[in-house]
Amino acid sequence: MLDMIFMYIKAFVVGGILCAIGQILILKTQLTSSRILVGYVTAGVILGALGLYKPLIDFAGAGATVPLTGFGYSLAHGAMEAIETDGILGAFTGGVTAAAGGIAAAVFFGYLAAILFKPKMKS
Amino acid sequence: MRSACAGRRMGFEFAMKGEAVMENKNNQTGKQRAIEEYSKLVERLAPKSDMAQGLWRAFITGGAICVLGQIITDFFAYGLKWGMQSAATATSICLIFLSALLTGLGVYDRIGKYAGAGSIVPITGFANSVVAPAMEFRREGLVMGVGAKMFTLAGPVLVYGIGSSILVGLICFFWG
Repeated sequence: MLDMIFMYIKAFVVGGILCAIGQILILKTQLTSSRILVGYVTAGVILGALGLYKPLIDFAGAGATVPLTGFGYSLAHGAMEAIETDGILGAFTGGVTAAAGGIAAAVFFGYLAAILFKPKMKS
Repeated sequence: MRSACAGRRMGFEFAMKGEAVMENKNNQTGKQRAIEEYSKLVERLAPKSDMAQGLWRAFITGGAICVLGQIITDFFAYGLKWGMQSAATATSICLIFLSALLTGLGVYDRIGKYAGAGSIVPITGFANSVVAPAMEFRREGLVMGVGAKMFTLAGPVLVYGIGSSILVGLICFFWG
C-alpha cells in the first residue's frame, strides 16, 4: 500500500516536472504548442534510442509514459524491439505497432467527438 | 501586489538613471534611453510572478493527469492482470477518450487556459490537438473538414515521431 502511494507521488512529481519544462519552453522561447508536441515526441524517441528514458519509466511509471516523451519512447522502443525479430522490416513496422493504440484511439474518438459535439461559440 | 512593489522600485531606479543622464546634458536622447532602459527593466522583472504561477499550474495539472494515468495503469496491470505493455496502451486509450470527451464538452479548453503546458505535454494534449481542429472545421465537411483538419496539429507529431523512430530502427539494424 505504501509502495503504491509512493509510486503515485513519483508519477506526480516526474510528470509535473516534464510539464513545467514545457511551460518554461513556451514562456522563454515562444514556441507554439504544436512545436512543443513535436519536440517532446522527438525528444522521447532520441532518449529512448539512447536508453535514457527506460530508467525514468521504471522510476516514475505513468509520470514518464503519459507525457508525450513516453509516446516517443514507445515508438523508438517498438522499432528497436521489432528489428530483433523481423530484421529491417521491423524498423518500419515496430514503432507504429507499439504506438498504434494511441494513434487509432485519437483518430477514432476525435472523429466521434467532431460528429457528436457542436463547437462552443467563442464568447 | 508583488509586481506593484517591483514597479515602484523600478520607477525609483528609473528616476535615478534619468537624473544621471540629465547631468550629461543629453536631454532628449537621454530620456529616450531611460525609457528604453525602463521598458527593459519591466520586461526583465515583471513576468517573474507570471512565470512562477504558470510553472506551478503546469506542474500540478500535468502531475495530476499523470497520477490519473497511474491509477488507470494499476487498474489494468494489477486489477485485470493484463501485462505491463497492454496496461500502458490501455491507459493511453482511456486518457485519449477522456480528453476527446472533455474537449467535446468544452472543458479541456478551460483546463488548458489554467494549466498551459500542463495540458499540452501529456498524451491528453495530443488527443486535444486532434479533436479541437476536427470539431472546429466540421462545417467544412466530413472529408476535407473533419478528416483532413484533425491532423493539422497531430500530423507533424506523427511525421516526426514515426520518421525518427524508423531512423532509430535503421541505425540499430545497421550499427546495433
